[in-house]
Formats: sequence, structure tokens, C-alpha cells
Amino acid sequence: MTTEILIAGFGGQGVLFAGKFLAYKGLLEGRQLSWLPSYGPEMRGGTASCSMVLSDEPVGSPIIANPDILIAMNLPSMDRYEPTVKPGGVMLADSSLIDRKAERTDIKVFYVPATKLAQEIGTPGLANMIMTGKLIKECGVISYDSVEETLHKIIPASKAAMFEKNLKAIECGYNYE
Amino acid sequence: MKGNEAIAEAAIRAGCRHYFGYPITPQTEVAAYMSKRMPKIGGTFLQAESEVAAINMVYGVSAAGKRVMTSSSSPGVSLKQEGISYLAGSDLPALIVNVQRGGPGLGGIQPSQSDYFQATKGGGHGDYHLIVLAPASVQEMADLTGLAFDLADKYRMPSMLLADGTMGQMMEPVELPDKEPEMIEKPWALTGTQMKREHNIVNSLYLDPEELERINFERYERYKKVAENETRYESYMMDDAEICIVAFGIAARVSKNAVNAARQKGVKAGLIRPITLWPFPEKPIAEAADKVKAFISVELSMGQMIEDVKLASSCKKPVYLCNRTGGMIPSFDQVLDAIMNAAGGDK
Repeated sequence: MTTEILIAGFGGQGVLFAGKFLAYKGLLEGRQLSWLPSYGPEMRGGTASCSMVLSDEPVGSPIIANPDILIAMNLPSMDRYEPTVKPGGVMLADSSLIDRKAERTDIKVFYVPATKLAQEIGTPGLANMIMTGKLIKECGVISYDSVEETLHKIIPASKAAMFEKNLKAIECGYNYE
Repeated sequence: MKGNEAIAEAAIRAGCRHYFGYPITPQTEVAAYMSKRMPKIGGTFLQAESEVAAINMVYGVSAAGKRVMTSSSSPGVSLKQEGISYLAGSDLPALIVNVQRGGPGLGGIQPSQSDYFQATKGGGHGDYHLIVLAPASVQEMADLTGLAFDLADKYRMPSMLLADGTMGQMMEPVELPDKEPEMIEKPWALTGTQMKREHNIVNSLYLDPEELERINFERYERYKKVAENETRYESYMMDDAEICIVAFGIAARVSKNAVNAARQKGVKAGLIRPITLWPFPEKPIAEAADKVKAFISVELSMGQMIEDVKLASSCKKPVYLCNRTGGMIPSFDQVLDAIMNAAGGDK
């Protein structure tokens, strides 16, 4: 089976990092995958997106036209990519930054006020990982097992303090109803 | 691992201990990786004052008989062309990596394949070629880097890894080679005579036109051998294909999916993916020209490789262009539409 995941938002929201987490998670689960970033020259602001393909077979094109799963971290991303989600697919939207509801009725939509939650639980800036936690819970593409192992892999030793915060954010998203 | 990092690590594993470069998006990770690793393994990492300086440092190390490389992206590779011509004219092996971005001029930072002409038709002045390898996955970024060093040494000519921004920035699982690289003897290298042999001379200046002509003819004899022995390509679903896509790099990845989708719709599509852009895989395309209905050249440019497809197929069948440029990538739908149109309307 092949699952195409698109994560989109502003630069600085951790769009690429969330994708990287899912990529390494897939790698640890022994799956084939590709991770392709797309962003402008800015470190903050601008638009950023990250296309991921997880598959049991070698990945064909790493470029996604119609994602199975979309994480929209802001309104421009939802405006742009909501129409591209595959019928029957899933969209997760950060409802603290997006004040409209989905227009599509043929996809499953989850609203998570991730930016607000991130501030409340003391992990500001980790809305990306809250959304990732929700994705793990709702989409069944990857399992919750080995979340910690994956985080150890992608968080460099020099930023070890970020480990607990990321884990907390993922748990928060996973448990959000 | 990112494609750019795969190039760097594969180069080190191929025995390259000297890297000279100048940062430019989207290939900077190559230099960044080298700056971390080279000092730890006794190698040289040097950020030169310009691309021109970097390529001439490459010339120096290559003349001394060591494996050496530089990397850049399109505008930077243009700056290196003089040095590349000198390398070719002096029969020096080296690896030049071009992780292409949109052009011309400063262009943009998004992926492109619009340096195809520059890479395959010379680029600098004079009669010469580079061995040009076009990876289509992170795994090939690593594998073809090793191959590029081997071929450059074997045929005493510079080789180029022609990637694009997608390949450089993309992460995929990759298996790196873990065996010792095989190094060949370089009796021509400037290693010091130690009073035991005649002086070696590495030079590209020949003021006697008869001598220069002779040397160029000899070099082209070598190029002929490269074309005979080293042409590489992947053939996908070509056995019964009626529509033949020719595409390399990221364009080939998108095209492969479109070929599969076309087949589900009952259109017999296939793909020839050149792995060496020079030497270009003329033979399989010439053979296909007798069997297929049409060719489609899928490119991230205004149509450059399409000229080689037309030449190789002797224009026996129509050759269509399916392209985006300036940093855009042909979409799956666009390629599929092109296949369906070539197959004849809405079959």
C-alpha cells in the first residue's frame, strides 16, 4: 500500500521537521519512503511544504498531486491544497489559525487547535508535532510504537532538551478528542 | 539521507579526499557535509573565494593524481566552465556536481534540468565532452558518484553528476558502499620525479596546430570507447510499448507513474531513462523508433534533450515535448495527458 502525505504551512512552523519525523518513523518500520521539501529562500515566513510517500514498494514519484492525508497548518495551505485531497482522504487542520470549515464533504476532516494547545502545554512552536500526534491516532498509517526511538534519531544531542517537549506535543495531539 | 549528503558521503567512500567549492542553493549541503567530515579523515575542505578559484584548485589536485571534486548549482557551474575546458584539454579526471536550478541568469532556486545543453555539448570552449551521469534517486546520487570517479580515472576525463534541486533536497533511504575503492595507477601524475623518471607534463596549450589536431583526434577515439562501453540507461515497460517516454532524473520518476497509469487505461506506454546523458543512449532509442508510434521527451526545460531524441530516432516518429521550466516540475497529470494525446485522442 502507498500513502501520500502532504504537510503545508508557513516557514518556521516545523512543517519539514514533522515530515522528517514521519519519514524516519516509516524507515524504522521498514517501509519505502521519500521526503521532499519545498520552500522559498526565507528561514521564517513564506510558504513551506513537505511531500512524503510511504509505501511497501519502491516509491515511484516523490511528487504528490493528490495526497491521501493533508496537514494544513494555516489558511493559505488549506485554501490551496484542500481541493487536491483524494476522495475518501483525510485533512487535519490547525483550527487555531484557520477560521473556516472544510468545503469538501467527501473527505474526513479533523480540526485541532494545535497552535493554541502548544502554548497551553508549554511547548510553543510545536503545533507541528501535535498535528503529527493526531495523524498517528486517526490515520493508521504508522503506529505509535517507537515514537521515542524516532525522536532520538532526529533530535541532535545538542538539542536534547527538545526531546521531552516533542514527546509531550505528540502525546497531546494523540490524546486530543 | 538527503541526496546532497549522499553525494558527499559516497565521494568520501570513493576515496575523494579533496573538496573545493563555493556555497549556492540547492547544493550547499554537499559543502556543509564535506566541511564536517573532511577534517576528521585527513582530507581537504576548502571554501574558495569563488567558483572559478574552486575549479582551478580541482585542476591542481587532479594533476597531482588524487581524486578530487567540486559541486555547485547552475550559475556557479557556468563560472566553472573555463576550468572544466582546461581539465578536459589536459586529460584530467575530476568530478563536477551540478545540482541544477532554474535559469538563465541567477534564475531561481527551484529544481531544473535546463543545463542539459551545457553539460552534454561541452559547456566550455573547444572540442570536448564530459561523462554526464543523471541520478533519479538518492540511491543513485550515491552510486553514480562512485561510478563518476571510476570512469573519470579510467578514461582520463572529467565527469559530471547532473542532478536537480529535487534530487539534492529529497530524502530517501540509501545504502552506501562499504568496500574499499579500487584506485588505478596514474603514471602521468605530477608526483615528483625523485630523479627516477622523466618529467611529466600536464598542459592544455599546444601552439602547433598539427599537434593540437592530433591530440583532439586521439581524445575523440577515447570518447568513442566511452560511448561503446559506458552508455547506461534503464528501460521500463518497453517490450510492447507504443508510446515511448524519454526522461531522466526527477522527470523520469514522474513519468514512470504516468506510464503505469496509462497502462491501466489500456495505452501501452514505456520509458527509456538515460542514466548517462553523455554518452546518450542512442541505440535503444533508434531501436524503439522502429516499433513505437511516438516519443515524448519529458523535461524540466524548454526542450533540450528532445534534440538528442530526434537525432537518435532519426525523426522516424513524431517526438513531442512535455515540459515545465523555471523551477516547475511536469505534473503526473500533464505527463499522462501527453501520453493519451500521443496515443490518439481519448482512447
